[in-house]
Amino acid sequence: MASHKSVGATSLLRVHNEAIRSATPTESPQSGFDMNRPLVISARNLTKAYGDLTAVDNISFDVPAGESFGLLGPNGAGKSTTMKMIGGVSQRTSGTLNIMGLDPESHGPEVRAHLGVVPQQDNLDEELKVRENLIVYGRYFGLPLSYLRPKADELLEFAQLTDKANSKVDALSGGMKRRLTIARSLINEPRILLLDEPTTGLDPQARHILWDRLFRLKESGVTLILTTHYMDEAEQLCDRLIVVDKGRIMAEGSPAALIREHSSREVLELRFGSERNATIGVELQGIGERLETLPDRVLVYAHDGEAALEQVTARGLHPLTSLVRRSSLEDVFLRLTGRSLVD
Amino acid sequence: MTESVNKPRTTAELPLRAHSPEVSAARARRWGSFFYAEQVLRVMRNYGWSVILYSVGQPVAYLFAMGVGLASLVDANSAAAFGGVSYLEFVAPALLVSAAVMTASGEFSYPVMDGFKWRRVFYGPHASPLIPEQIASGHIMASSLRFLLQSVVYFVVVAMFGASPSPWGWVSAIVATVAALSFGLPLMAYAASIKQDKGQFALVQRFIVMPLFLFSGTFFPLDTLPIAVRWIGWISPVWHGTELGRVFTYGMDHNPLLTITHVVFLLVTATVGWVLVRRQFVKRMGS
Repeated sequence: MASHKSVGATSLLRVHNEAIRSATPTESPQSGFDMNRPLVISARNLTKAYGDLTAVDNISFDVPAGESFGLLGPNGAGKSTTMKMIGGVSQRTSGTLNIMGLDPESHGPEVRAHLGVVPQQDNLDEELKVRENLIVYGRYFGLPLSYLRPKADELLEFAQLTDKANSKVDALSGGMKRRLTIARSLINEPRILLLDEPTTGLDPQARHILWDRLFRLKESGVTLILTTHYMDEAEQLCDRLIVVDKGRIMAEGSPAALIREHSSREVLELRFGSERNATIGVELQGIGERLETLPDRVLVYAHDGEAALEQVTARGLHPLTSLVRRSSLEDVFLRLTGRSLVD
Repeated sequence: MTESVNKPRTTAELPLRAHSPEVSAARARRWGSFFYAEQVLRVMRNYGWSVILYSVGQPVAYLFAMGVGLASLVDANSAAAFGGVSYLEFVAPALLVSAAVMTASGEFSYPVMDGFKWRRVFYGPHASPLIPEQIASGHIMASSLRFLLQSVVYFVVVAMFGASPSPWGWVSAIVATVAALSFGLPLMAYAASIKQDKGQFALVQRFIVMPLFLFSGTFFPLDTLPIAVRWIGWISPVWHGTELGRVFTYGMDHNPLLTITHVVFLLVTATVGWVLVRRQFVKRMGS
């Protein structure tokens, strides 16, 4: 970790953003499904029902080693339930699931010994000190103190919490607790890390620090399985993702491929005032490839957003604000489900 | 780590490596309950001083008040009513057992709710190789150690008051620990089943723990109570533990069959409680 010390979070992210941008026009060699790498997770017709409610509905996916794989969807889509089944802490209703060649239901401890888990809700030992949280957690894996003591210090440095080592957990901010939870999940040096909504509830700065840490893990070859309802998070971190809604897979692919397949290159966002958006939407027909009228704005999907805007003004329509941007996963989700990700 | 690239490495500088997941899983399967017990004991260490003060302060206060203050009146008036021993000797093992049971009513109620609901501490180890049964067992083992230590300290104070004339008196500390489990484990199973806190534990304290403390032959022999309420003692771990304690601390004249009944009652209720706790933990954490 010491070698990364001089590399700030922002510069690392800049490099990563450029990588994403350059990946947009053509498929990155890393972003597609790589058949040459061994599979670490394989799910077939995975289903979980709670009484009448089917939380996960017949989904199948594979994750090769070293991939950063995302489950993107709104709250209640079945993402966390899928994560729990992968961790062997929730029993599936039907289907098959293999983690490192093992069934998590019959080999729970063996499967979980391979995993690092960052749950949606932090469940740190609030009465123990920060460093002790890491050591105690490592003991659950039968790791000796001779390994755990220096490892805890190393992970605290990675999580930028060295100066908080002897603080009580309840003295930490939300972002710090999240970083401690991630540090804790790494105590056994897992090759697969499950992250359930890792940055929900954090401020933008705390999210960027976390993304930087996760990106470093990805670079070191750790397989990341990530659920999120933030499209920017999915774009930043995922090589490949599945879009899930109501327990079903709506689409699968790299962020770039999904955007290419389900959206236009650019989006023109127009605001005419909440009263007028719906009526003006009709007058915009024919501009761009597709129109989406939302309560607060009209989205014009077009290859060239500026050209589309010129057509709008040529029709004598003058929006209060206009914005041309690249298509995002949010647009993909809207196209696939007719709803936004964050309601 | 780049700093050390150009210089020869000593063993201490080599990168840390965790043992393989297979080793983790095998160790967790074998020792998982102990690993979780270690966590509970580390948390307890944070309030270690209050545990020690409670363990010493409570017996000193109770024995002084009951065994010295009240005893001076009781002994003067009805020396024969307590099987030929002083009131202090009569009441000491009962107080020892009651104290352990009361500690159990604390350790096996709120912390269980905390683990499942408030701070969800059970779900951290649940994502590690540990299984729900081990988390339950670890909590029970660490708590049992606390009961035993507290009871040993209590017994030392009892002995210092001269209230345990028999050389077998120390066994009463073990009896108190088993009585604590006999009462505490069914309570823990109940606590693990509660989804919403509606003040259930306060009701348990007032309407179960207190009556058991008062009507279990603690301060007077059970057979001095009207037959209509004597059943409270019969189903009470406090009574069974107390009677057994008295056999050990002062060699109470006792039917051997009844002594065996006390042992069986305590062990059976504790065992059934443990089974119910494990079942409840699996149900709650493995849905």
